[in-house]
Amino acid sequence: MTAGDDVEKTFAPDVVELFHRLDREAREGGYNLNPDKEFTLRLVEGLVANQKRYGYWQCPCRLAFGEKAKDIDVVCPCYYRDADVVEFGACYCALYVSEEWIAGKVPQRSIPERRPQEFIDRGYSKPSPAEPAGAAPAGGLKLPYPVWRCQVCGYLAARDGPPGVCPVCFAKKDRFERFL
Amino acid sequence: MGFVRVDGKDKKHKVVLYALSTCGWCRRTKELLVEEGVDHEYVDIDLCNGDEKEKLSTKARELNPRGNYPVLQVDDRVIVGYDPDKIREALA
Ligand code: SF4
Repeated sequence: MTAGDDVEKTFAPDVVELFHRLDREAREGGYNLNPDKEFTLRLVEGLVANQKRYGYWQCPCRLAFGEKAKDIDVVCPCYYRDADVVEFGACYCALYVSEEWIAGKVPQRSIPERRPQEFIDRGYSKPSPAEPAGAAPAGGLKLPYPVWRCQVCGYLAARDGPPGVCPVCFAKKDRFERFL
Repeated sequence: MGFVRVDGKDKKHKVVLYALSTCGWCRRTKELLVEEGVDHEYVDIDLCNGDEKEKLSTKARELNPRGNYPVLQVDDRVIVGYDPDKIREALA
C-alpha cells in the first residue's frame, strides 16, 4: 500500500471515485491535477459538496450565486483555468497545475482573480446564441455548418449543434458557445 | 454557522478571516493562523444562510471589492488570498 491510498481512506468513496475520474480525464486532455493529494482530494470533496447543494460543480474557491446561469463560467473546469495555468502555473483553486508548478518553479500560493468584475458583481452573462462570438468569416464566406467553441478549452466543432461533452477537456454541452 | 473563535497565545492583533469552507487556500490560511498560535475568529460564508450570508459577503466585499477569498483582516490591514509571507509580516 502506498501513502496515497492511506490519504484516500479518510475521504468518502464518491470523492475518491471522482478524484480518479478527474485525474484520468486531466491526463487525457494534457492537464495535471495538483500532486498534493490531500489538498486535491479536499477540493474534489468541495466539488461533490457543491453538486449536492447547488446541483453543479461550482468552483470550490468562489462564492456561488446558486443559479447555474450566473455561475456557469465558474463551474469546474472554469473558463479561466487554461489562462491561469499558463500565466500562474495553477488554476485559481490550484486543482489544476502546470509542469512548472509540479517542479516547484512557481510560488504555491493564491493567484489573482481573472473572472471579470461584472460577473462577480452580477453573475455571468452570455452573448445571445443568435450572435456568434467570433468574427464573421472573411470575404462573406458562407459556412456549411455553424462552429461551436468550448469556452473552457477553446476546442472548435463545425456541426449542427455542440457535442455532448468536449473531447479535449470533458466540459459539458452547456459550456459551448456559437462561435461562427 | 457564524463566526468560530480560535484561541491562541498571540493576541497582539485583532484577526478576522472571511473564508469559504471548500476553498483550499482558505484552509491553508486557517492552518497558518493555528500554526502561528494566533488568537482569531473565522467564518465560512458559504455555510451561512440567507441574511447572514448576505451580510457577511457584503462585509467581505467592503474589505475586498474584487470579491475573492480568503480575506484576512489584521487590525486595519486587509490581506487577500493565501500569501504566507504577507500574512506573517502583518502578524509580526
Ligand atoms: S478549474 Fe476553475 S473552477 Fe475548477 S477548481 Fe480550478 S479555479 Fe476552480
